[in-house]
Amino acid sequence: MSRTITLKDHTSETQLLTGRVIAALVFVALLLGVVISRLVFLQVISHEHYTTRSNDNRVKLIPTPPTRGLIYDRNGALLAENLPAYQLEITPEQVVEMDGLLEKLQQLVTISQEDLGRFRSHLENKRIFESVPLRFRLSDEEVARLAAVRHRLPGVNIVARLSRHYPRGKEFSHVIGYVGRIDKRDRRRLDETNYAGTLHTGKIGIEKFYEGALHGQVGHRQVETNAQGRVLRTLQETQPKPGKNLHLTLDAELQRAAMEALGEFSGAIVALDPRDGAVLALVSKPGYEPNAFVNGISFEQYRALQRHPEQPLYNRALLGQYPPGSTLKPFLGLAGLEYGVTDPQREQFCPGFYRLPNEERKFRDWKRRGHGHMNLDEAITQSCDVYFYDLARRLTIDRIHAFLSRFGFGRQTGIDMTAENRGLLPSRAWKRKARGMVWFPGETLNTGIGQGYTLATPIQLAVATATLASRGERIRPHLVERVQSPTSRQEAAPTEEALPPVDTVSEANWQRIIEAMSHVVSSPRGTGWRLRDAPYTIAGKTGTAQVFGIAQEEEYEEEDVARELRDHALFIAFAPVEEPTIALAVVVENGGSGGSVAAPIARQVMDQYLLEEAQ
Amino acid sequence: MAWHGVLDTATAGQARTMWHRLFHRLHLDVPLLLALAGVGIAGLFVLYSASGEDINQVARQAARLGASFVAMLVVAQVAPQTMRRWTVAIFVVGISFLLAVLIVGETGKGAQRWLDLGLVRFQPSELMKIAVPMMIAWQLADRTLPPRAGQLLISAVLIGVPVLLVARQPDLGTALLIASAGFFALFLAGLRWRILGGALVSLLVMAYPVWRYLLHDYQRDRVLTFLNAERDPLGAGYHIIQSKIAVGSGGLYGKGWLNGTQSQLDFLPERHTDFIFAVYSEEFGLMGALLLLGLFVFIIVRGLIIAVQAQDTYSRLLAGSLSLTFFVYVFVNVGMVIGLVPVVGLPLPLISYGGTSMMTLMAGFGILMSIHTHRKLLSP
Repeated sequence: MSRTITLKDHTSETQLLTGRVIAALVFVALLLGVVISRLVFLQVISHEHYTTRSNDNRVKLIPTPPTRGLIYDRNGALLAENLPAYQLEITPEQVVEMDGLLEKLQQLVTISQEDLGRFRSHLENKRIFESVPLRFRLSDEEVARLAAVRHRLPGVNIVARLSRHYPRGKEFSHVIGYVGRIDKRDRRRLDETNYAGTLHTGKIGIEKFYEGALHGQVGHRQVETNAQGRVLRTLQETQPKPGKNLHLTLDAELQRAAMEALGEFSGAIVALDPRDGAVLALVSKPGYEPNAFVNGISFEQYRALQRHPEQPLYNRALLGQYPPGSTLKPFLGLAGLEYGVTDPQREQFCPGFYRLPNEERKFRDWKRRGHGHMNLDEAITQSCDVYFYDLARRLTIDRIHAFLSRFGFGRQTGIDMTAENRGLLPSRAWKRKARGMVWFPGETLNTGIGQGYTLATPIQLAVATATLASRGERIRPHLVERVQSPTSRQEAAPTEEALPPVDTVSEANWQRIIEAMSHVVSSPRGTGWRLRDAPYTIAGKTGTAQVFGIAQEEEYEEEDVARELRDHALFIAFAPVEEPTIALAVVVENGGSGGSVAAPIARQVMDQYLLEEAQ
Repeated sequence: MAWHGVLDTATAGQARTMWHRLFHRLHLDVPLLLALAGVGIAGLFVLYSASGEDINQVARQAARLGASFVAMLVVAQVAPQTMRRWTVAIFVVGISFLLAVLIVGETGKGAQRWLDLGLVRFQPSELMKIAVPMMIAWQLADRTLPPRAGQLLISAVLIGVPVLLVARQPDLGTALLIASAGFFALFLAGLRWRILGGALVSLLVMAYPVWRYLLHDYQRDRVLTFLNAERDPLGAGYHIIQSKIAVGSGGLYGKGWLNGTQSQLDFLPERHTDFIFAVYSEEFGLMGALLLLGLFVFIIVRGLIIAVQAQDTYSRLLAGSLSLTFFVYVFVNVGMVIGLVPVVGLPLPLISYGGTSMMTLMAGFGILMSIHTHRKLLSP
């Protein structure tokens, strides 16, 4: 590489460098000035603020957890509250020797293996200046024993904290859910800073779905503490923002009545207001005791719940998938009218069974001897299977699928809860995809009476019933009426986008089906005749869902069949008929007959709502 | 210039005593040596307190200091001319090691910074702190100053490549130091004010896209929390707040050695190295802080005097850039502790617990001493 050798002018270069050095020195002096003034500011001007009264004291930064929002029913009854309780906590950085301390504590207070295990795993996740709870809900005696020797045990604190409590226990367990202690999985998804002082988070139900609003925002304080960690004075503090209160659409008295109405049976009841989708009652029986979960349910207790044959932890209202049975008939009837495959006058002869053309197989009606000549109204009122086998055949499965989808079958309802099942609305495409097989005509017939592959959750049934009640207006069920900030009194109602109404059905056809459903209750031959003496008008439909099939010629004798194999009893209804304010679905597991078991239960619920509670 | 001659006279007068002749044979510069030793010893006292009276840590640190002083001595024997000849080779080796780290390196603390050479774990980014200013000085030394556009471009590449490689590790603190070293070399060589101004403006313009697209979340967080530590007092702002409390509680004269209450237990292990100035300020107060800062300033000024008195461009640029980079070290760390600068993760030189950067630092001072004591002309 060739270079041009230039003669350097050393003097001017030296001058240049020296000039630059001076410039650099000026810059250095400036920055130094800034540093010194900052030091003076911190160490002289603000010294008072940072100094402590004694040389043994120190200044600590501690988080102040926000109070969790309360949950009320629509009339202001308290469903979830925070009760004060004492708990035993340990601040690791003040502890001289942890194992020794734990031993000493065990001599004073009962500490279970589970408590210890949870404590140790908590230790790993918290910073050393944060206190970790060891035991909750100390009794007064335990508090006294600890307080007497506390000065000999550095790092031990007895802290008064608020503990979540559910006054209504089992009745609301499936709706409200519960809070539990934060575990590793929660830690991964929660914001570490906002939850710095919080020990619990919503695990299931409304407590989880609305966790963000219920929790609030953490505050913090700068405090001076003595060597044992006792707070002497507060230097600075930022108040936490308390969690917002939830006002639910639920009616606590209705919920209680519904739970009672189910009696010994397991099952679900969902009651809605068809005008706006407000959920009035959401019951799944059996329920469980949510208060046991708040501070960590014991392993044995949890196992017992999991293994219980009636599955108390399973939310039947949102997750239970049942064959809707005859409750589907009003919707199918509507489809038949709309597609023109039947009309109000057409009669179908019902001999007690039905055969497809050119086939041997008999599809049986529940009434062995048959219903005789039936028109649509009578077929619904008396729940004739044969009429609907025939109707289904004329409609074909794909039209059934298209029409029923519009009522929400086969899809989640979008209720503000953490989990719900979608049920099953079969179609040719579905069967090909799910089973890899072709659709058989017999399966259409089964769908016609709400059996076969068809499955619906109680909430879906309730929502579909509400759509019928409002003559096509669709609603999204919701549990929260409004969210209210306890400090600012600011309110917010959750907003939803409107669903497209079922608007292709003519006014007349709605009327015909609704009348038929009224006849279910008012007509002497109606399957729901037991309810005829209600002081308000009811439109409903009974249903009996088969749990297992029987051979063509056999009799189904209820007394002979074991309870677990008995049919489920269903009933859907709305009232009063002209201007409905309540729409509900009742599913009674292994209840046997829709008319004799499910309908009276529904009546009790409606009585409570329409009669006991003056509107 | 008049004052230039005064300094020369002072040096000339000193050369005559026996001690000074001895030190001169060893190529040691006395004022610098004394100041560095002073800082080192003060550091040992502070470390004893900050580590919770752990004599083992102090012993380890003292051993490191000893080894670093030896390194300084060794480097001081090498004549600047030799250094100049080896500059390019050292630079190339450094870049290759940096590339090797990126491809093969051990991951320690979530960053790829180390190379395991069997016996010793070696951080190539440390080497670049010296290699880059050497390279820039080498590149500019032959031509006339101030450097022209072509040279500037080359310099930008010579600085930019190692900076990017180091920043990718990611090690923002060291990258910043390497960039400073290179920049200072250019500045002292006479980088035009206009170009400097233009670069500043373009930096400001680039700030927004860099902020949004290039910075990691945790880096953005650091800057925001620095601007307002109260914003996240239980999270990222915790150390800054604790640090300010410790410094503030020191007052004028401090709480006394070993009497700091804030600093003992509240710091997490990684941080007690970087935030050691907080411990010092709490225990020795404003007076102590000014004294320590005074020592640091003395070291920097001494280095700049050496630069001015150097006899060739290469030595001048190298000495000046190393001195000013040392200032950046001190300013960034102290600034971080008192809340002037976002948390970048630079240790306080010679005081913070830790070895690799101390070695390179002292090697740098060895270079300074070499430059000063290898001069040919001593008579006024």
